[in-house]
Amino acid sequence: MRSTRIALAAAAAVMMLAAGCGSGEANSGGAASGGGDVAGFTPPKIPAMQSLGKGEGQVNLVAWAGYAEDGSNDKSVDWVTPFEKQTGCKVNTKVAGTSDEMVTLMKTGQYDAVSASGDASLRLIAGGTVAPVNTALVPNYADVFAGLKNKPWNSVDGVSYGIPHGRGANLLMWRTDKVKPAPDSWGAVFDPNSPYKGKVTAYDSPIYIADAALYLMATQPGLGIKDPYALDQKQFDAAVNLLKQQKTIIGEYWSDYTKEVQAFKSGDSVIGTTWQVIANLAKGEKAPVRATLPKEGATGWSDTWMVAAKAQHPNCAYMWLDWIVSPKVNAQVAEWFGEAPSNGKACQETSDKKHCATFHATDESYWEKVHYWNTPIAQCLDGRTNVTCVDYSKWTQAWTSVKG
Amino acid sequence: MSAVNEVSTPGGPVRRLAGLLHRRPGLRLSALLAAPLLWLVVAYLGALGALLLSAFWTTNVFTGDIVKQFSTQNFHDLITGEVYRRIALRSIGVAALVTVIDAVIAFPMALCMAKLTSPRAQRWLVIAILTPLWASYLVKAYAWRVMLSGEGLVHWALEPLGMSGAGYGLTAVIITLAYLWLPFMILPIYAGLERLPNSLLDASADLGASTFRTFRAVIWPIAFPAVVAGSIFTFSLSLGDFISVKIVGGKSQLIGNVVYDNIGAANNLPFAAAVATVPVAVMVIYLVAVRRTGALENL
Repeated sequence: MRSTRIALAAAAAVMMLAAGCGSGEANSGGAASGGGDVAGFTPPKIPAMQSLGKGEGQVNLVAWAGYAEDGSNDKSVDWVTPFEKQTGCKVNTKVAGTSDEMVTLMKTGQYDAVSASGDASLRLIAGGTVAPVNTALVPNYADVFAGLKNKPWNSVDGVSYGIPHGRGANLLMWRTDKVKPAPDSWGAVFDPNSPYKGKVTAYDSPIYIADAALYLMATQPGLGIKDPYALDQKQFDAAVNLLKQQKTIIGEYWSDYTKEVQAFKSGDSVIGTTWQVIANLAKGEKAPVRATLPKEGATGWSDTWMVAAKAQHPNCAYMWLDWIVSPKVNAQVAEWFGEAPSNGKACQETSDKKHCATFHATDESYWEKVHYWNTPIAQCLDGRTNVTCVDYSKWTQAWTSVKG
Repeated sequence: MSAVNEVSTPGGPVRRLAGLLHRRPGLRLSALLAAPLLWLVVAYLGALGALLLSAFWTTNVFTGDIVKQFSTQNFHDLITGEVYRRIALRSIGVAALVTVIDAVIAFPMALCMAKLTSPRAQRWLVIAILTPLWASYLVKAYAWRVMLSGEGLVHWALEPLGMSGAGYGLTAVIITLAYLWLPFMILPIYAGLERLPNSLLDASADLGASTFRTFRAVIWPIAFPAVVAGSIFTFSLSLGDFISVKIVGGKSQLIGNVVYDNIGAANNLPFAAAVATVPVAVMVIYLVAVRRTGALENL
C-alpha cells in the first residue's frame, strides 16, 4: 500500500512537470494560435527577401518522396548532386508522408524550404511559418504556366508565397478486360448496384470526402456545392452518406500506391480512383488498365515550394527554388513522380517527349475541371458567410465513421 | 579546528560515506534503486502520464497548434461516438480470436517440441520458430497480401474443393496476425512445458490416469501460466496493430488505425491520445483479470 502511494506521488510529480513544460510551450507558440479568421485572413507581416547573397553551404528541405532525388533510389535519377556541385549548398532532405506532417516539421523551425500541397500551404502562411517569396530572385519563375501563378493556395492578396512545382489529378482507373463499357463518370464507383461490387477501390484519406462532394456537385445541384472543400453541414452529411453507401461496394481502400498497382494487376480491384503515375506503373506491369478524367471533373494536387520565415539558409533555399523549376530539373521531377511540370520549357526536356501531353501539362481546360486539394476550414472557402463550413478535424472523424 | 575534526572521523569522506550507508539501510536502498526507478518513472510512467495528460487537450482546427486547456471533450466524443465503440469491440474481438487461434496451434507444437523430440532436434526447432522473426514484418504482411489475393495461392489451393479464398477483410487480418505472432505464443509455452518433469507424466500413467486425465490434471495446470504469458503477447500485439489491417484488411479498420489517422492525417494528437487510452485500459483490465487467476505468480 505504501509503495502504491509513493508511485502515485511520483506519477503526479511527473505529470506536473509535464504540465509545467507544456504551458511554457503554449506561451511561446501562442502567437500562431487563435487562427481561423480566414475570410478576412491577414498573414503575419513577414518581409520577403530583397536580394540574393552567397550560399550558406547547406539547405534543409521538407519534401514529398521523389521530389529531391540524389541518386540513392535510382542512379540515373539525381538532380540534387548537380545542384550541390553548382551552388555549394549541401542538401539535407526530410521526406514527409502527409501534409500534416509537413506542417508539423516546418513548425520546428529547423527547415528552410518545403514542397507544400494546397492542404498545407494556407496553414503555413496563416501560422507565420513561411515567408512571402520574392519571385524576382527566382529567374525560372518567368516560365511557369500562368495558370499556376498567384492562386489561392500559393498567394494571399496578390503576394506570392511560393514557386509552383507541379500538379496532378486523381483519375478514374479501370481494367479494360473486366469493366465494360468504358466508364466516363464517377457514378461508376458510387452506384450501389454496381456489377463490380467488392472490386471497387477508393483513396483512404479524409480528403476523399471531397471526391464524393465533387460527384454530388454535378449530380445533385440542389445541394448547391460550389467547392468540394467548402461544405456546410448539410452538404457534408450528403457526401458522407454517399460514401457510407459506397462502402457496400468497396473491396478495399488504398493509400499506398504499390498496393493499388498490385490490386489492379491481380484483379482484386477493377475500378477506382488513382493517380496518373499509378496507371503508368500498372500498365508497365502489363495490367490492362486505362485512366481518365471523368466528365464531372476531379480532385487533384498542386504543389508549391515555400521558404521558411526563419530560414537559416535562405540564399541556398532560393537557389533550390530556382533549381527545382529550371526546365531540365522540373522535367526530371515530373517524369519521376508522374505529374505535370510547372515550367512550360520543361516539356522540351522530358526524356519521354509525350510526357507533357500524357499529363496534360499545357491543357488549361483539363485543369479547369480539377479541384486542387485544399484545407477545409470553418470559414467557407467559397466565400459564403451566412453558414459555417465543416473543418478538417470533423472530416477526419467522419472518415472514421465512413469506414465504420 | 578542521584538523581536529579529521582526526575524530578517521578515513576521510569515502569512509564516512560508507559508514553512513552502513548505519542507514534505507538510504543505501534508495541510492541503489534511484537510477532504475528514475528510468521507470520518467521514461515509462512519464510517457504514459504525458499520454493521459495530452488526451485532455484539444487542437486549434486551422493552425493545428495544440491548445493546452483542460477539456474532457475528447473522451466525450470517444464515448458517445457509436463508431468508436464498434471499432473498439471489433479490435478486442480480433485480438481475442488471434490469441485463441495461436494458443490452439502453439500448444501441440510446444508440447511436441518439449516432450517428444531429442534435445538436439529441440534446438533446431527453436531456431526454426525464431527464423520468421528475422524477416521484416512488412515483407510477411505483403506476402500474405499476395497469397490471399483473388488469384493468389490460397484461392488456388481452395478452388478444387469448391471453396474460394477469404479475400481481403477481417478474416485475412486475423490469419495474418495469427501467423505473425505465433512465435510469441510457442516460445513461452515451450519454456513452461520444458520445466515439467517427465516423471510426473510417468507417475500419472502408473496411477492409471487416462491421457486426457493426465493432460487435465498434470500438464495443463503447469502450462497454464505459460499460455497466459503467451496470450499477453499475442493479445497486446494484435490490439495495437494497424499495419496488417492497412495491407490485408480491405475496407476494415481497427483501433490502431483510428489513432494513426488522427495523428497522421488530422494532426489531432490529443484525440489520438484519448483513443490510445482504450487499449491501455483494456490491457490493464486483462492483466488484472489474469492476476486474479494467479497465473502471474507462477511465471
